[in-house]
Amino acid sequence: MNRQNRKTGRRSPVASVALLLVGLLATGGAYAAFTASTASASVDLSSPEVINQGQKLFAANCATCHGQQAQGTQNGPSLIGVGAASVDFQVGTGRMPMQASGPQAPSKPVQFEDAQIKALAAYVASLAPGPAIPSESQISGGDVAAGGELFRINCAMCHNVAGAGGALTEGKYAPVLKGVAPVHVYEAMLTGPQNMPAFNDLNLTPEDKQNIIAYLQYNEQNPSAGGLELGSLGPVSEGLFLWIFGLGGIVALTVWITAKSN
Amino acid sequence: MATNEHGSSDVVPVTPSSGAVVGTGVVPADAFENPGLPPHRPRVTDLDPKKKKRAARFIVAMFWLSVLGSVSAIFAYMFYPIEDGSISSVRLNTLFVGLSIALSLLAIGIAAVHWGKAVMADKEGVDERHPVRGTAATRSRAVEIFKEADEESGFSRRTLIRGGLIASLVAFPLPAIALFRGLAPMDVDPNTELKHTMWKKGLRLTQDPTGTPIKAADVTIGSAFQVIPEGLVDLPEHEKLDAKAKAAVLLVRLKPEDLHWTSKERESWSYDGIVAYSKICTHVGCPVALYEQQTHHLLCPCHQSQFDIANECKVIFGPAARPLPQLPITVDSEGYLVATSDFTQPVGPSFWERSTTCASHPHHRKRVSSHLHRTTWMSAPAFQAPSRSSVARSSPTTGRSSSVR
Repeated sequence: MNRQNRKTGRRSPVASVALLLVGLLATGGAYAAFTASTASASVDLSSPEVINQGQKLFAANCATCHGQQAQGTQNGPSLIGVGAASVDFQVGTGRMPMQASGPQAPSKPVQFEDAQIKALAAYVASLAPGPAIPSESQISGGDVAAGGELFRINCAMCHNVAGAGGALTEGKYAPVLKGVAPVHVYEAMLTGPQNMPAFNDLNLTPEDKQNIIAYLQYNEQNPSAGGLELGSLGPVSEGLFLWIFGLGGIVALTVWITAKSN
Repeated sequence: MATNEHGSSDVVPVTPSSGAVVGTGVVPADAFENPGLPPHRPRVTDLDPKKKKRAARFIVAMFWLSVLGSVSAIFAYMFYPIEDGSISSVRLNTLFVGLSIALSLLAIGIAAVHWGKAVMADKEGVDERHPVRGTAATRSRAVEIFKEADEESGFSRRTLIRGGLIASLVAFPLPAIALFRGLAPMDVDPNTELKHTMWKKGLRLTQDPTGTPIKAADVTIGSAFQVIPEGLVDLPEHEKLDAKAKAAVLLVRLKPEDLHWTSKERESWSYDGIVAYSKICTHVGCPVALYEQQTHHLLCPCHQSQFDIANECKVIFGPAARPLPQLPITVDSEGYLVATSDFTQPVGPSFWERSTTCASHPHHRKRVSSHLHRTTWMSAPAFQAPSRSSVARSSPTTGRSSSVR
């Protein structure tokens, strides 16, 4: 290579690449900065503007299946009386708008911003009285041990003792509870989404729900004292691990011991 | 072939050509010649002294690694930090102790095996097995000895003594078999236990685990309540689990028009769409509480039996043979849900005497959880003993009856 002809500065071959990178970063950064959603600004669910915005969003995104007045159609049930909690849960976990109607609504990337979700919730709540979104004090604190006992009695049969999810009939399933926000856990218990039974406040009192959330949070934040959880599936995953790695290792060692030295 | 090393005179190796049998094998006429051992293949460590030194160094290193592992296990146990109050901080301490012990043991094994394979002498040697069958003289002498022993002891001749010996040896293990009865609950009749639960007329349905009674108005459509009978939380510990294993009930509410009944009587066991079913699966006894609100199906997680609540919990899938028994319920004057009677059939998996009715036994009505209740034990069909004069001992039930699993 002829060292004398190497260009420097703006004429360097790398310059165009660098310019492209700078341009992308600048425009992307500006876009992100201007569209950053406001952090947890509390929305007044009874304000007419919010309800109006919710109605517009509803008509554009939900009315095809749930009807223009949320009265329900063949494709979706009536939402009159489901309350703000249902909407906050279903839309806040991405389950709604549903990709295809059916008995299982899997959670997927959330389609709306938080303010829009609250607006939808406000609109549905305005149609008829229903369960409300829990306050911060209702989902924090709580007794982990009591929550664990209640979880094992009411929830563990479908969701697994450690909240690792479980199978139901004909392809349905109870989802993994790790990573689910406490407010969504509360709302799911209260409203009974899809095939989950609804635990009203007389079945599991608000204190009971608080305790269950504390148990789930404890499980999530603390590593298991027994070591690797292997998906918290118990003997299934542990057995698989032992059969493949443990027994495989033993077989390999045995082959090595009995093989002739080369 | 190598010569016989044992050298004793009454054992003579026989070659195949003589036609007699060697050991216990049969040598066919067209047997092929023994090809002998494969040619000796020298090892790398024999050919290259540097490789041998390397192998030796590896073995030494492994042994010292094992020492390191043992020492680090002691260190990990004594010095690896465990935080007070954090139960999960134990896991790393335990992990390192275990890994170190594993390393110390594994390293000894690897070093020893590698020593034997790569460094020790690898000369091949053959150890011949001497023929098993003895000479004719030995064999006839053995027969003679047997005959002498029989004559001197009089075993064949003295039939009474022989009979007595056989009788006593046969009778000796029999008490052990009879004592196995003691492993089952002694003071209860398993039949009675399995056919009845704690439920009876007027007993309120209460929530698991607190025992708070449930009002009919609390049960909304789509909810699922885990129910135990009133009074179960007050039972002593060792009775609580046995009682709960039979009396656990699932309470759900459907729209009355969604429930289909085979008879008016079955319909009267529900209350305004509220139905209560036994939670104990009729297959092997796992609790069936996986309630699907929209399909109103119940799934048992153990073997995937499915029950349809709208159709009297009949089995729609899976290995269960019978629908879940329904608990007849109604509402008392204060609005709380109460049972109107016990289940009308035994809950849980099938057992042999399940279909025989027990309504005729008078003491079943006032069955109390008393340890000193001897009479049912004696009338148990499994064991009819002559009348015992010993004092009834108060023994706790030895765990759950095996059928309710």
